[in-house]
Amino acid sequence: MGISSFSGWEVVIGLEVHAQLATKAKIFSGASTAYGAEPNTQACLVDLGYPGVLPVLNEEVVRMATLFGLAVNATVARRSVFARKNYFYPDLPKGYQISQYELPIVEHGELFITDGDGNERRIGITRAHLEEDAGKSIHEGLGASSGIDLNRAGTPLLEIVSEPDLRSAKEAVAYLRKIHTIVRYLGISDGNMQEGSFRCDANVSVRRLGQKELGTRAELKNLNSFRFIEKAINFEIERQIELIKDGGEVVQETRLYDSDKDETRSMRSKEEANDYRYFPDPDLLPVEISEEYIEAIRVTLPELPDAKQQRFVNDYDLKSDAAAILTTSRALADYFEAVVGATDARAQVAANWVLGELSGALNRENKGIGDSRIAATDLAGLVNRIHDHTISGKIAKQVFEAMWEGEGTADEVIEAKGLEQITDSSAIETIVDRVIAANPGPVEEYKAGKDKLMGFFVGQVMKETQGQANPEQVNQILKAKLND
Amino acid sequence: MTELHSQTLTELAIGLESGDFTSVELTQALLDRVAEHNDKLNAFVTITADEALATAAHADAARETGSGGVLNGLPIIHKDIFCTRGIRTTCGSKMLENFVSPYDATVVEKLSAAGAVVLGKSNMDEFAMGSSTETSYFGPVRNPWNLDCTPGGSSGGSSAAVAARIAPAATGTDTGGSIRQPASLTGTVGIKPTYGRVSRYGMIAFASSLDQAGVITRSAEDAARLLGVMAGFDARDSTSIDQPVPDYTLSIGDSIKGLRVGIVREHFDAGLDQQTGARVKEAIAVLESLGATTVEVSLPNLDLSVPTYYVVAPAECSSNLSRFDGVRFGHRAEDPEDLLDLYCRSRGEGFGDEVKRRIMTGTYVLSAGYYDAYYLKAQQVRRLIADDFKKAFANVDVIAGPTTPSPAFKLGDKVDDPITMYLNDIYTIGANLAGLPAMSVPCGLVDDLPVGLHLVGAHFTEEILLRCAHQYQQQTDFHTACPEAFK
Repeated sequence: MGISSFSGWEVVIGLEVHAQLATKAKIFSGASTAYGAEPNTQACLVDLGYPGVLPVLNEEVVRMATLFGLAVNATVARRSVFARKNYFYPDLPKGYQISQYELPIVEHGELFITDGDGNERRIGITRAHLEEDAGKSIHEGLGASSGIDLNRAGTPLLEIVSEPDLRSAKEAVAYLRKIHTIVRYLGISDGNMQEGSFRCDANVSVRRLGQKELGTRAELKNLNSFRFIEKAINFEIERQIELIKDGGEVVQETRLYDSDKDETRSMRSKEEANDYRYFPDPDLLPVEISEEYIEAIRVTLPELPDAKQQRFVNDYDLKSDAAAILTTSRALADYFEAVVGATDARAQVAANWVLGELSGALNRENKGIGDSRIAATDLAGLVNRIHDHTISGKIAKQVFEAMWEGEGTADEVIEAKGLEQITDSSAIETIVDRVIAANPGPVEEYKAGKDKLMGFFVGQVMKETQGQANPEQVNQILKAKLND
Repeated sequence: MTELHSQTLTELAIGLESGDFTSVELTQALLDRVAEHNDKLNAFVTITADEALATAAHADAARETGSGGVLNGLPIIHKDIFCTRGIRTTCGSKMLENFVSPYDATVVEKLSAAGAVVLGKSNMDEFAMGSSTETSYFGPVRNPWNLDCTPGGSSGGSSAAVAARIAPAATGTDTGGSIRQPASLTGTVGIKPTYGRVSRYGMIAFASSLDQAGVITRSAEDAARLLGVMAGFDARDSTSIDQPVPDYTLSIGDSIKGLRVGIVREHFDAGLDQQTGARVKEAIAVLESLGATTVEVSLPNLDLSVPTYYVVAPAECSSNLSRFDGVRFGHRAEDPEDLLDLYCRSRGEGFGDEVKRRIMTGTYVLSAGYYDAYYLKAQQVRRLIADDFKKAFANVDVIAGPTTPSPAFKLGDKVDDPITMYLNDIYTIGANLAGLPAMSVPCGLVDDLPVGLHLVGAHFTEEILLRCAHQYQQQTDFHTACPEAFK
């Protein structure tokens, strides 16, 4: 579906991201947050909502939320309050979720994305608040009954709410990727979408261009990959426009995205919505933090993706898009910088290797940079051998593959396979002479002005040397001899 | 030797220490009292005879080796709101009729660690919601002074058992007066410490911002002894306060000369039974005779405390009791048709009328559109009430007055009239709203029924209250009076 089909309409999107915070223990209990354990083995009495138990705040989540607030240039509240959101559901053991309502820990943040025209756009972050996750209902394999797994109950979440500043599904994804990158940079969330540690709901509405008031919005749930988010939003935009065009009205409701059918469908309307009866949780004191606390955390802020990208452009003379890709994760950026630091070659060459061969090899095996079989210093060793002309770029790819297969460092592979470049001029001259002698026809043609044949001669020499002759020297010597 | 059951906790501690009797002998004697009298009183929900005797034997052995705690071998009763590992904890409700807690409340843990022997779990108003024990699923408790009367509530099983000399002491909880009112109506001593002084961990929540554990005993000295063990910071309760716990027994012997006693004029208006008022005034005169001076103080927002309480407490309870949904523990409806049916019937069958009334009230005051008018307004008034007390305590050390408007009323008298029942807590609720320590001390009889003197202190002045009460008890013998049938 092209953007043109929305012409005459303005799309308004706001996103709510739930990022699971990467703490070892839960937000209000000492139980582990590790993923994938047997059902209900990581739920203690507090998580189970037993009579008489009380929540105790894991202070690590305050640090993480503060870090996030500082990273998005937000106000970190000196005083925030946990409230109870009351509703009944079997996977909600206490009958209420502890969340933050009137006084969240983070407010008035912002980040910048690049829109479809390459312009920078500011997207407001209304708030980010701390809350506990619910458990999971299990419906498969239990006959008429349902099961409940409370391992996830009490897992800390940071809910990040954007302003309705996004104007297309693409912008929504760009914003989301930015948040995803930031939380991982900060080390406050693993961002794993498959495991549900990074989830997103989208509020989508449309209005005719020029219309002042916002259209009625629908809330899309169950968006668990960047691809689905884009598809779901686009489906929803088209659905709403078609609906209005046909004289209908969008109703405020929650809609579920079905990735199999690529459609959204109504889950519950506003009338069926709960009255959550929020009130401050009397079991928890307000979270009060000092200016000194905030400043102490500010000092620990890592370099953020935007700043890092800019630095890569400035310091390493990289192209903006290469810098952008290299900074999508801190691990990748660190790897790149480790390669640069260990080589005399230009940073662009290192970037080419990291984004080219290395990324290709990792993608092939569906691995992340952390799982690279070649250490950064070893990749730098390979780049150095190109830089000092020990091997050509072409041979280097062969060396890389050998290194990937664990055959040793670049030097070991070059040595073992005898791949060192031939740089001895007399040796190259001998071969050049042989090639010239063996190809009188092409020599005639070349001398008659068919310059293109130079490539042919180079190829012949390289073939004779199994690619190991220094290409520049081959060029020079060939030219000298043929132009004699 | 005085019969064991007639002795106070302090006297029993001395007797055990000097080897006059063993904890097993003492425990058995009291279990015999339970067997003899509980049918009349219905003070217990659960009697833990075997466990008690085993603990007592253990305490005796510990005493031999000199390793016992400060309460070693002393029998007590726990209000059935405190979770006790392996022993059912019902909270006076059908909902938890068969609930066995997998853990001990901090209060239980601390008292057990000090060597206390638990005779059983005392009866109470359902989820501590009531002032007469008539809301208990296990039937009402009867007042040892007059079996037709209530022993007060919600800690009525505890107050009745202590008054009837079945146990020297019992734990209780106080959300709006649930320790002090029953103490007043049974001629026992009841103290509710400062909010945050005793951990709420393991105490089944009614209204979290008001609930506080305390004790019912026969003397202020006994209360001091027990409170010192129960009090203290608990990392498992975020609202517990990290402040050192004084040895309350050390200072109770000190004089109260110069103590400034505040008298609130509004306490003695038309709502107070005249004879009860007379007993309280006589008690204040005793304090004056001990060198205390009286100062008139004003609590202008006092009349708002009951309506404020009946917004805040139900609001919190409506949320606190949501966990009783039939899914993980507690009563579960049979053969539910679907989830909604499971919820509706489990809760409908499991909760009694008063609990339902408060859940509905609480749900209402928190609802969208009503929150500001009720809950928020109540919180504002609560602050005003706390400020009133703060101002008053700038000039006085304690505030003295009646604990209840009248002596014990007949069972059945107020059960159909919740508003009149709620007014029974008119003098006690303020201390909960402001988080202040308060206690009730027996100060005489009205028509053969006991009434209590109510003492309220500033935050963390339990020491002053206990000293004041102890000094008063050195001059009077109301606390030693025993109902005839239980001598």
